[in-house]
Amino acid sequence: MPTRVGVVVFPGSNCERDVVEAVEGLGGVGHLLWHGDSSLDGVDAVVLPGGFAHGDYLRPGAIARFSPIMGAVSAFAAEGGPVVGICNGFQVLTESGLLPGALQKNAGLKFLCRSVTLRVEAGDTALTTGVRVGTELTIPVNHFEGNYTCSPETLAQLQGDDRVVVRYVDNPNGSLDDIAGICSAGRNVVGLMPHPERASHALLGSTDGVPLLRSLLAAAGALAA
Amino acid sequence: MRFSVFVETRLHDGIADPEGATIERSLPALGFDGVTGVKVGRCFRFEVDAADATAARAEVEDMCARFLTNPVLESAAIAVEARA
Repeated sequence: MPTRVGVVVFPGSNCERDVVEAVEGLGGVGHLLWHGDSSLDGVDAVVLPGGFAHGDYLRPGAIARFSPIMGAVSAFAAEGGPVVGICNGFQVLTESGLLPGALQKNAGLKFLCRSVTLRVEAGDTALTTGVRVGTELTIPVNHFEGNYTCSPETLAQLQGDDRVVVRYVDNPNGSLDDIAGICSAGRNVVGLMPHPERASHALLGSTDGVPLLRSLLAAAGALAA
Repeated sequence: MRFSVFVETRLHDGIADPEGATIERSLPALGFDGVTGVKVGRCFRFEVDAADATAARAEVEDMCARFLTNPVLESAAIAVEARA
């Protein structure tokens, strides 16, 4: 059976179909999940896509974390299921406490929409199992609030437990320790600001997101098996 | 009893405030010299029903911790006043 990746649609999400398209291009099946439902419909992985869930009112992710489906996402994550939050999805994961820290406004107060170079720093997470540590990837970012921050204690923990998944080679937004993405203690929940699905086909200018999405499919497949 | 509530959020010390910094840098261009320490926060005004002021404050503190602020970034100053 093909691996099924559930992509959560919040009111204001706008990257869900890009994720479905990218996943299906790699042989998986993308399955849209409505935020107001409380079941994940038996999917093998969950992606919280980019966009402006609930209009980003209050703070990005602050209202999305109360969407009915987030209870099921938390339970799935607690059981070790692969969960990836991309951009706004990363913000939802930090607001909901599935990942530590927070994403604040970019240091330059500019909305950033361009390709950046990332370095893969941890190779054993739901998003990077098939990627060698040290690999550099060119992937687009598209955000205003992507400046990762956390307490010194949290940063020490992330560094000590090798939970920084990807770093910016040339930090575009002021993120602490050049952090572009982190993972949970169980390494199955990953949040990152760059958009791998927007670098999944030569027509998009880069295919560097493919190894990340393949890793996600592999993690999902391992769970399904 | 009904209480008027005023919540003001501010970023923790050490958390960068790019909006505040940008506003501070812009003020001299308009002739406002010597302005320092500009911080940008957010405020909320609303009303709550509660048995007394202590209960009202406790409810608002809980609301701030779980929703109105992100404790990683912000703290909140809360003012509660009984409605006449």
